[in-house]
Amino acid sequence: MNESVAPVRELPAVTLGEIFRTFLAIGATSFGGGVVAYLRSSLVTKKGWLDDESFLEVLEISQTLPGLNATNMAVLVGDRLRGWPGALVGFFGMLLPGATMILILGVLYASNSHNESVNAILKGVGAASVGLLLAVTLQIGHKQLEKRLDVALVVLTLVLVSFIHVMLPIVLLTVGPLAVFLYRPRAHLPHKADDQTFDKRPTD
Amino acid sequence: MNPGSLFSLLWVFSLLSIMAVGGGTSVLPSMKDFCITMQHWVTPDQFRDIYSLGQLVPGPNMLMVIVVGYHVGGYPGALVAFSGFFVPSSLIALGTGRVWNHFEGSPWRTAIQRGFAPIVVGLMLAGTIAIARTAVVGSTTLAFAAIVFVVLYFGKKMNPALLIFAGGIGGWIFLR
Repeated sequence: MNESVAPVRELPAVTLGEIFRTFLAIGATSFGGGVVAYLRSSLVTKKGWLDDESFLEVLEISQTLPGLNATNMAVLVGDRLRGWPGALVGFFGMLLPGATMILILGVLYASNSHNESVNAILKGVGAASVGLLLAVTLQIGHKQLEKRLDVALVVLTLVLVSFIHVMLPIVLLTVGPLAVFLYRPRAHLPHKADDQTFDKRPTD
Repeated sequence: MNPGSLFSLLWVFSLLSIMAVGGGTSVLPSMKDFCITMQHWVTPDQFRDIYSLGQLVPGPNMLMVIVVGYHVGGYPGALVAFSGFFVPSSLIALGTGRVWNHFEGSPWRTAIQRGFAPIVVGLMLAGTIAIARTAVVGSTTLAFAAIVFVVLYFGKKMNPALLIFAGGIGGWIFLR
């Protein structure tokens, strides 16, 4: 952070309590996935803790790393504002509301898992979420379905995981290096990072 | 519940945590394999139900791991599954976020991002198929999935949560 070349806007002084409350509000209201949209409106628009450019930068890190956007963003933004204690309160703020609610639902479900109405409702939700997953995947990934090499890597990964049932670590350790090799830096080909990576749209 | 199963929960969900490239959807096929086939923690129907519970709460829907943990080991199981799935990736984010700018402009950073983008899309499609295999079980559920997809993908921007709740109501009416 302090290594940045460009003169960085002074980060506003933010208390840990404020970080916690802000992420708690996001964690309590971000229904239906799309947490990135909630994050942007809160952190950039309402609080002004990040400008658009640094928001996209943090989002890019968060999407590249393993883990969920929601928690990665909370950790990264919290850390930028107040170091690791900021990351810690951001993390708990983001997850506490949903974790509490799902624990309550899970306990209720455990004693009602053979209730016909409960099963019917959850079947309906499950079916609807398949449509949601497919829509989100295509919205994020439509750029990867335009170029032949990308489509080949998408299909290879999909077939290995879904139809040949190769374990994920093996897929990541074989297809990963292969893909990085295929897109390795080459002197005569200028790379443009944002050209073919994800659409910066809400996920998770 | 015994310490052994708590350890299995921790191990399985930590492994899934560090492999969750591109988000939680990527690890759904593996999570299904672990939870249903290998460890026999839940049945396929229970897995679908628990995944659906995750859709009904705010925050990341992968908070569903808490319910899997609860099924295996009660409240301690819930805590262990939660920690296993959310702590390792967050520590990686904390560490990497601090050194990220050192790799600014590195052509290899670009190559990694570029190369992994299609892999993530493949994994997300695989995750979608994994849920579809337990959740789309007939013409009614297929219709639900198709309607939600068409509305979200081709329709005007709207909060997906409304369609998820509509799916629940539709299920209560048509799937009992």
